[in-house]
Amino acid sequence: MTPIIEFKDIYKIYSAGEEDVMAVNGVSFTICRGEFVAVVGASGSGKSTCMNIIGCLDTPTSGTYLLDGIDVSTMDEKQLAFVRNKKLGFIFQQYNLIPKLTILENVELPLLYKGIKGAERTELAKAALERVGLIDHLAKFPSQLSGGQQQRASIARALAGNPPVILADEPTGALDSKTGKDVLDFLKKLHADGTTIVLITHDNSIADQIPRVMRMHDGEIISDIMKEGFF
Amino acid sequence: MSLKQAFILALKSLSSSKMRSFLTMLGIIIGVAAVITLVSIVSGFSEEMLSSFESMGTNKISVNIIGRGSSRNVEPDEMHTLAKENPELIEYVTPTVSIQNATIKSGSTNITSSITGVNEYYDEIDSKNIETGRFLTYLDVEHRLKRCVIGTYISQELFGTKNGVGQTLKINGTQFTVAGVFEETAGSEDGSTDDIIVIPYTVAQKLSYNGKISSYTFTGADKDKIDITKKTIENFLYSKFEDTNAYLVISMAEAVDIINELMGMVSSILIGIAAISLLVGGIGIMNIMLVSVTERTREIGIRKALGATGWDILSQFVVEAITTSAVGGIIGIILGIFCAKVLANSLGLPSAISATSVLVAFSVSAGIGVAFGYLPAKKAAKMNPIDALRHD
Repeated sequence: MTPIIEFKDIYKIYSAGEEDVMAVNGVSFTICRGEFVAVVGASGSGKSTCMNIIGCLDTPTSGTYLLDGIDVSTMDEKQLAFVRNKKLGFIFQQYNLIPKLTILENVELPLLYKGIKGAERTELAKAALERVGLIDHLAKFPSQLSGGQQQRASIARALAGNPPVILADEPTGALDSKTGKDVLDFLKKLHADGTTIVLITHDNSIADQIPRVMRMHDGEIISDIMKEGFF
Repeated sequence: MSLKQAFILALKSLSSSKMRSFLTMLGIIIGVAAVITLVSIVSGFSEEMLSSFESMGTNKISVNIIGRGSSRNVEPDEMHTLAKENPELIEYVTPTVSIQNATIKSGSTNITSSITGVNEYYDEIDSKNIETGRFLTYLDVEHRLKRCVIGTYISQELFGTKNGVGQTLKINGTQFTVAGVFEETAGSEDGSTDDIIVIPYTVAQKLSYNGKISSYTFTGADKDKIDITKKTIENFLYSKFEDTNAYLVISMAEAVDIINELMGMVSSILIGIAAISLLVGGIGIMNIMLVSVTERTREIGIRKALGATGWDILSQFVVEAITTSAVGGIIGIILGIFCAKVLANSLGLPSAISATSVLVAFSVSAGIGVAFGYLPAKKAAKMNPIDALRHD
């Protein structure tokens, strides 16, 4: 069980006017390769801030963050972009597909920034679209797809570069319960294939389906439970 | 992202909202088209003028006597003497007396034309060849004989033939005999160089009730000594009038220089105005880029989250700005060339599209893209991905 995400005494402090806000207040945990973790908490619990730090979109004020053994806590913007591109795949609540690009072009985007050339890019993107079952829609624009399909497209985009870690920020939040269930089932399948997934949710019914649940409150982890019989 | 990919992306972005892209480019299009058209028209004018002057001969010097009271004057004989005394500088001289809008009558045909009164050297001075008959002679001038030499247009109009030698016509009521007809040069059109009547200046003086001759044309004997020739004439005139305001001596060569200078100034002014329009166009592009960056804040956040560096974003938007302005520049060039040709045609001018102006216009418009696109692009590149993603 090799650690892939290691938080050691991570603090994140925002200065908002006169007062300092402790968004993340001394958080430490380890996530190993192949785990499926849910981070649960109410608004303001610090889960989003944690997620941003995990996703290398933000750097901690203090503490160490090791991603796949690399210390990213003090990297600059350019280095972070590189790491993001190689190690992480993002799934957002609001799909965040670029409206003027086709589905295929959207899925190719992370590969573009990786510097992968045209033909190879298209192949990888198509493979990812196959995995999510959207290969027939590759020439369409996001506005032409349903919510569930758009979310699947954004999953394909997250998978395209075969990153070791997938971060999902409320992936089912904007979907109806049936489509939400489909997306979650898909994530479960991904996990079964060996992908490490970290998912944020405020919905306990979703959290109940995920093997490991970390609950946060006021910037601290208040419980970290691995359920029996899951893997 | 390579620059080539950024360029393709930019073209896609432009074509996805054609109306907006077009309106953004409009300032550049108009500015560039204006520069090309104006430069072309101005150089067309200048070419036209210069070739007129060329055809009149660049060794000509024209003298205008403004006079200084009725006591001082210059007589034609004095001018002839001046010419005789300076054969290495002055080749020929003729007085010119002009009668405008004279009525020319033959039988029942009436036309209006201008008459010029000259001496026997005029045909040499203006390089006019005789087709039939002869030119005026010293005797015609000396004895005030009512002889005239006409152009083929006049001959055709009055006598129905291009050879009207021996015929008579009346100029403002006075009868003249046609001594010769000039060679046809311009298709015998009304107002062309074939629409010409020339009589002895001594007779013209009488007809126009003009005692004094106020205009002379000299030809220089040596093309390289026109300056000296001019000075010689001026010195002579000064010795007569003792007032430099009493006369005006202009060499054709000088006139050509003045025209060139004027055209240059006019060009510069016009280009200055067009440059202002290009500046406004550039500001327009900057505005739209700023709006575009704000609108696409989310998109920028997504791209950054997916691994785009600040440089990727910067180059994406700068290339987009350059593409917009360059495409606008190309459209402007095409429009400019088209307008220049249409205008030149309707004004009867030669249309010369200068390759330099095209190149300059294009580089300037591309440069505007860089200059005015940089700031918005920098703003985009600096965005924090988390904040950007939260934006609507």
